Parts: sequence; structure tokens; C-alpha cells
Amino acid sequence: MSHDHDHDNELDPFAARVRALETILTRKGLIDPAAIDVIVDTYETKIGPRNGARVVAKAWNDPAYADWLKRDATAAIESLSYTGRQGEHMQAVFNTEGTHNLVVCTLCSCYPWSVLGLPPVWYKAPPYRSRAVIDPRGVLDEFGLTLPAETKIRVWDSTAELRYLVVPLRPRGTDGWSEEQLADLVSRDAMIGTAQARQPA
Amino acid sequence: MTVALHDKGLFSWSEWAQALSTEVGKPDAAADGHDYYEHWLAALERLLASKGLAAKPDVDAMAEAWERAAHATPHGKPILLENDPEFESAP
Repeated sequence: MSHDHDHDNELDPFAARVRALETILTRKGLIDPAAIDVIVDTYETKIGPRNGARVVAKAWNDPAYADWLKRDATAAIESLSYTGRQGEHMQAVFNTEGTHNLVVCTLCSCYPWSVLGLPPVWYKAPPYRSRAVIDPRGVLDEFGLTLPAETKIRVWDSTAELRYLVVPLRPRGTDGWSEEQLADLVSRDAMIGTAQARQPA
Repeated sequence: MTVALHDKGLFSWSEWAQALSTEVGKPDAAADGHDYYEHWLAALERLLASKGLAAKPDVDAMAEAWERAAHATPHGKPILLENDPEFESAP
């Protein structure tokens, strides 16, 4: 691309094509730029891993809710007003002393947006997507999570229709904690399965 | 934009996931994923073209118009499509 002088603006081809699509679709009345701004703002600022952390904390404190979450995660999560845009189903997978769960999307980057917000960059990158299945223990090691050799690792491959939420083990020493206190121990990575819940300070 | 189009019922999320995974899974995809958003765009373009919502020649022409508009816009000013010297108002 040629530059006539220093004060020209330049759109790289990627940005120009995105704007082109937006222009064409707006002119056809298929999208409303204001609606897009609302969606972006919602996912950037309103929906995030705090949603999922509240689901996990409630499950830790309320056995009946935990049971519901196990049987019908879609409904149990919807009861807290966290609804998937794409109508996808949710499944909660519970870590136990003997089994650790790890979530990946080998095909693309399906992710439980309604409870975790936008996916981290590494979740969308080929190394994670391929190696989480081939060598989950090695991947977890790189995340600083070394599991005992006898702990089994189950890897769950997300699809457009079914997304997974890992319910990590409740840390010891948190008896009597409120859901709010407990939610602070639940990180995004713990709900993907690349970390455990934080230990109480 | 993808989410907004889906909200309008223009394609199902499965159709989108299929389109995206086809692009991301191509053999020339970068190992570190830095080209993820390029694949995203390619998948969206292909899906919209297949649905007859935005034909490739139209997108090519509009992208060129945006690049001309960018060139014609003084630095620091917002780039508007109207700044394209060949701009014609929407039909």
C-alpha cells in the first residue's frame, strides 16, 4: 500500500474488510451498529468469570443446588439469570479427590460465555487446543498445576451445542464461609480446569 | 457483529461453529494462533456469502472504498466512508 505523505490514515486490509462487512450489513438493515456496541460492552464489562464463580460458590454451600447443577446445569445456571446467547446447553463437571476435569474446544473456541465471559487468548490457540487432549498432564504442569500421578484427568471437548463448567474442589478451611467469600476463591482458570480454587489466605 | 447477526436469526450457532472450525483447522493456520481473527473474518465472510447476505465482490469493493477513505482522511480525524473520493451515497 502506498503512502503519499505522513499524514494519511491507513486501514490495514483486515480492518477495512471488517468495516466493509459492517457497512454492507447495516445498509441492508441486517445489523444495527448500536446493537453491536451493546453486545461488546456486555461481554467486556458485565459478563465475566464472576458469574461462574457465583455458580460454583452456591454449589459448594448448597447441596440441593449442587445436585441440580449436576443433573441439569443449563437450568440451574439459568436460575441465577445467566443465560447463553446461543441457546447452548451447559454441563457442570465436578472435580473430586481422584479426578480432575479439564475443558477444551479442539475444533475452534466454543466457550461458556454466559458464565465465564470472553475466552482467554491461550484457550483459542492451537497449542492448547491440540495438546490438552494429547498431553493434559503436561499442559497442566505448564499452568503450574502438578497433580498427583494417581489423579485421573478427564478432558471435555466443547461443541457449539454443549459447553462445560468445571466445579473445582472446595478448599479446606472454608467451613462457614459465605457464598460471596467463597466466590473470591474461584478463578476463571479453575473453572476451565487449568487451576484449582485458591486456598484461603 | 457475529453475535448480532446470529441474534437476527441469519444463521444458527452450529453453522457458525462449523464455518469457524473449518477455517481454524486449515493446514496453513499458524501454530501460535496469532491469525485467529483472520480465520474468524474469513469464516464470517464465507458464511455470509453462502447465505447471499454479502457477496465477495461487494465486500472487496467496499473494503477498497474504506481504504481510499482512510487515505483521504487527515490524520487524527475519524475515518468516514464519505471521505472516499469516489464515494456515492447508499442507494
